[in-house]
Amino acid sequence: MTFLNHLISGISLGSVYAIIALGYTMVYGIAKMLNFAHGDVIMVGAYICFFAVASYGLNPIIGILLAMLVCTVLGMLIERLAYKPLRQAPSLAVLITAIGMSYFLQNSAQLLWSANNKMFPSFLNFGGTTGISLFDGQLTIAWTTLVTIAACVIIMIGLTLFTGKTKMGKAMRAVSEDKGAAQLMGINVNTTISVTFAIGSALAAIAGVLLCSSYPILVPTTGSMPGIKAFTAAVFGGIGSIPGALLGGVLLGVIEIFAKAYISTQLSDAIVFAVLIIVLLFKPTGLLGKQIREKV
Amino acid sequence: MKKLRLNKTSRTNFLTYGMVVVLFVVLQIMSGGGMLSSTMKGQLVPICAYVVMALSLNLTVGVLGELSLGHAGFMSVGAFAGAVTAAALQNAIPSGGLRLAVAMIIGALFAAVAGVLIGIPVLRLRGDYLAIVTLAFGEIIKSIINNLYIGMDAGGLHASLINNTIVLEEGGRMILSGPMGIPGITKISTFTAGFILIMLSLVIIFNLVNSRAGRAIMALRDNRIAAESVGINVTQYKMMAFVTSAALAGAAGTLFAMGQNTIIASKFDFNQSILILVFVVLGGQGRMWGSIIAAAALTILPELLRGFADYRMLVYAIVLILVMLATNNPTLSGFFSRLFGRFRKPQKGDAAR
Repeated sequence: MTFLNHLISGISLGSVYAIIALGYTMVYGIAKMLNFAHGDVIMVGAYICFFAVASYGLNPIIGILLAMLVCTVLGMLIERLAYKPLRQAPSLAVLITAIGMSYFLQNSAQLLWSANNKMFPSFLNFGGTTGISLFDGQLTIAWTTLVTIAACVIIMIGLTLFTGKTKMGKAMRAVSEDKGAAQLMGINVNTTISVTFAIGSALAAIAGVLLCSSYPILVPTTGSMPGIKAFTAAVFGGIGSIPGALLGGVLLGVIEIFAKAYISTQLSDAIVFAVLIIVLLFKPTGLLGKQIREKV
Repeated sequence: MKKLRLNKTSRTNFLTYGMVVVLFVVLQIMSGGGMLSSTMKGQLVPICAYVVMALSLNLTVGVLGELSLGHAGFMSVGAFAGAVTAAALQNAIPSGGLRLAVAMIIGALFAAVAGVLIGIPVLRLRGDYLAIVTLAFGEIIKSIINNLYIGMDAGGLHASLINNTIVLEEGGRMILSGPMGIPGITKISTFTAGFILIMLSLVIIFNLVNSRAGRAIMALRDNRIAAESVGINVTQYKMMAFVTSAALAGAAGTLFAMGQNTIIASKFDFNQSILILVFVVLGGQGRMWGSIIAAAALTILPELLRGFADYRMLVYAIVLILVMLATNNPTLSGFFSRLFGRFRKPQKGDAAR
């Protein structure tokens, strides 16, 4: 039963990673850049929701929507101001700019909201209970866990439909495959990239709220480690692939929780990263990544 | 008498050596004449360490052309191996300078071994995948050292992982205690030692870059397939650059550690790796003098911004973004080039000069 408990909390943590990883993967697929500021957008989302619910007493649903709105605007703003001018620049320059952006967000948060821990309120209790009990109370699943997993599944289905069926989704896939050709076909590349950042950042807001519902301590650096882990998850599953982000995220979460439970709490991060390295050795482009043949 | 004629590369190399010597002499005089504040004096050793870190990373990023996001890991290996060595040899070698030299060599050796172990899997991968694996290795090294316990007594060194199971004899002491790191380090790093290490790194890097091996490494960077097709051994040369870079980072780590009171593993994290990468990119990939200036300037910058107190990291972030935009955006860099007359945009394939 403990095994099942660990598995469920692993999947829940993995779902959060998967949602964050989606933002990385989509942006990487289209703009071919590692958006290091993504982890900090999560933190901003969590803070917005925190203040909306804890300080202004708004309904949690409104808090989440507000966080999504702010993050969407923030993501598009970052793209327009910092990344768009560097579209033709070497990738390292863009990477450093993204890192600068990440420092900027962290330090702004520290100045605006102070570095003190904030306890994120748990607002997921239906009918006075915090979770459901199964097997005569041997297994308790928190509502947060269920909502996290459900949110991840819904987002995944939604995004798959969006990229597969809608005009904008198809445009995104076209741009990620060949920017130049897409432009010649009449696709507005700049708008497409903006929309990608908007979706990624809105997802980051959701991920931030879900993350802080499970791990309720909120500080300006809350987003950085989950950001790195989620990025690892995106690479693990094959960067640029949406199902890859789901698979990578969930696997990473499960491995992390199992490593914590059965091997060593202190070394769990080392184990997660070691698994990543082993996988990349055998599948150099990730689990679901496409192997691109080089042509001379 | 035949006039000594130097080509452009050697001229730049000699100018770089000259610049380091001049800076050293000037700073030494200023420090002797009491013109430096005590905080600035305290920054001299870390600056030297970061300059060597930037030089060594420039070998990986600029000359070999592979992005490494875990360079602080090698610094960490060197720092802890060196600090443990120095602590263990405290009584055996009374002379601080000699002890530092031995510690640096051990630190460099350990980092080189880590470089080989990491290089074997890492250098098989390409591009961003290579970057993420170096990041992963950096985190793994951090986690392991964070859980490593080393103690010393009459019977020699004892080590344990995760839990402190070391039982020491009478008169023994713990050197490294997991997340607490190594406390109470005898500071034996000096500015002069840092200067010697910088000069030594420059000699090693310039000689490597201007050798047959260095040309092979740069050929791999510029076009791997073409280089491979003329018979250049990809793994061997990549490994050569990577391990040299790791060893130099290890020596820099020892230098850094021996100038601190306490070192802890979590200091050498992802942010530290990024900081060093920022030095390299701002200074120009493959341009060693650029790395030296960028590392020195950016290590002092937060100190100079102390007046802004809370805002200094924010200002640092904004400066970083603006510099990247100003040097890499065609419109903006065009504007600056008109402003300053002659301004050369750094080219991606800039060879080491």
